[in-house]
Amino acid sequence: MIEFFTTTNLGIALLILGQGLLILVPLLVALAFLLWGDRKIWAAVQMRKGPNVVGAFGLLQSFADFIKYVVKEIVIPDGADRVVFLLAPMISLVMAVTAWAVIPFNDGWVLADINVAILFVFAVSSLEVYGIIMGGWASNSKYPFLGSLRSAAQMISYEVSIGLIIIGIILSTGSMNFGDIVRAQDGSGGLLDWYWLPHFPMVFLFLISALAETNRPPFDLPEAESELVAGYQVEYSSTPFLLYMIGEYVAIVLMCTLISILFFGGWLSPVPGLPDGIGWLLVKIVFFFFIFSMIKAITPRYRYDQLMRIGWKVFLPMSLAWVVFVAFAAQYGAFWGTYARWATGG
Amino acid sequence: MAFDFVRATKYFLLWDFLVGFKLGLKYFFAPKATVNYPFEKGPLSPRFRGEHALRRYPNGEERCIACKLCEAICPAQAIVIDAEPRDDGSRRTTRYDIDMTKCIYCGFCQEACPVDAIVEGPNFEFATETREELFYDKQKLLENGERWEAEIARNLELDAPYR
Repeated sequence: MIEFFTTTNLGIALLILGQGLLILVPLLVALAFLLWGDRKIWAAVQMRKGPNVVGAFGLLQSFADFIKYVVKEIVIPDGADRVVFLLAPMISLVMAVTAWAVIPFNDGWVLADINVAILFVFAVSSLEVYGIIMGGWASNSKYPFLGSLRSAAQMISYEVSIGLIIIGIILSTGSMNFGDIVRAQDGSGGLLDWYWLPHFPMVFLFLISALAETNRPPFDLPEAESELVAGYQVEYSSTPFLLYMIGEYVAIVLMCTLISILFFGGWLSPVPGLPDGIGWLLVKIVFFFFIFSMIKAITPRYRYDQLMRIGWKVFLPMSLAWVVFVAFAAQYGAFWGTYARWATGG
Repeated sequence: MAFDFVRATKYFLLWDFLVGFKLGLKYFFAPKATVNYPFEKGPLSPRFRGEHALRRYPNGEERCIACKLCEAICPAQAIVIDAEPRDDGSRRTTRYDIDMTKCIYCGFCQEACPVDAIVEGPNFEFATETREELFYDKQKLLENGERWEAEIARNLELDAPYR
């Protein structure tokens, strides 16, 4: 039986398929509840109750919405490019989901344990921009097009600083494999050994860049309801819209996971005595999702020039300077070798 | 201009964001203002102007005397009345229609009525599935009057001191 799954081509394909489903299904089910949680948190801050009718405490609201989206009519505008119009949301979702292949959920629990995992995640999440650009263009309408242009410019700007922040992490780990990055954060100090402490300012930069990258408030200019109706999604309805929505939220959860892995020790336990495990990673993801939701509830939207100013004139120089600093500190073993942890890596 | 260190430090440490977060958390745990609508309802003023009703006297006689003041004053021209003398010689309506899709719920009809026949009751849940169901006729309005008489009478009594 084991031989079948490890030696024959069919067996390997089935094994990969099964592993993929093992990630995808819990991810999407968890997403349904995270969406519900997002709405509940948002509602609570605004002194509302939020969804509370479908299921206990409205827990099944997302599933009801799912059914609603799926059974609705798909409206395709007259002048739209039908193929690109329908392809765009699929690209968006597929790219968002693909990035999960290299995320380690526990020591060794990773679908593709490749050495360039970080590059893979960023290559794939850059391709998400194509979904948005194509959707905006194929709609053959002004507002979606403007929304998609804004979105593309925003995602590209902030990917630059995210990339630089991550270079700092790579420098001090000596590996681009997420598993190695987490193992490099392991130590006797528990919580104090994680990268959030040596890379402290970058945690905030990464968090804010992640918000901008995923088009979350306060950087939700591409879909600013009060200005652009819904940005690149204006002409979308029914299932294609649902795909965009799921893609967006998968990307958000991915960003929460990246923060947890890069700065907060992934599956490692914060207290030295306690056992490590997947539970810690989940707790961290949910915590950062909560932060994302709270930010959505409490912040006003940035103006477009402010967004670009922060991206290029604040974040980029700061993260560049940080890379230089980390490079020196790691090379010369300054600060008791805090920044040079590549012994564990590749 | 001197460099404002305090402001720069606050900017760098996301001070405004932290203050906002604290305020957000305060409201997060605050009691919620939501009314669980279909199961619990908010209070209504006695003056609330909802669905129309034609009332009767306690002896069962219709109040409406077909003076057509409501038809005349209706700014949306939603009311249509036809009248004929009845067999006993009294003047009564043969037709009293209100187009609820035209009505703007201004309450002028009930203000104009000399005998408190047409009133706007406290009911606001009369949505229908078709447009035609909203063209109310005399029978429907009289049925409304019977159904809501207790509430309407109470509201009229409560509001009387202010008229």
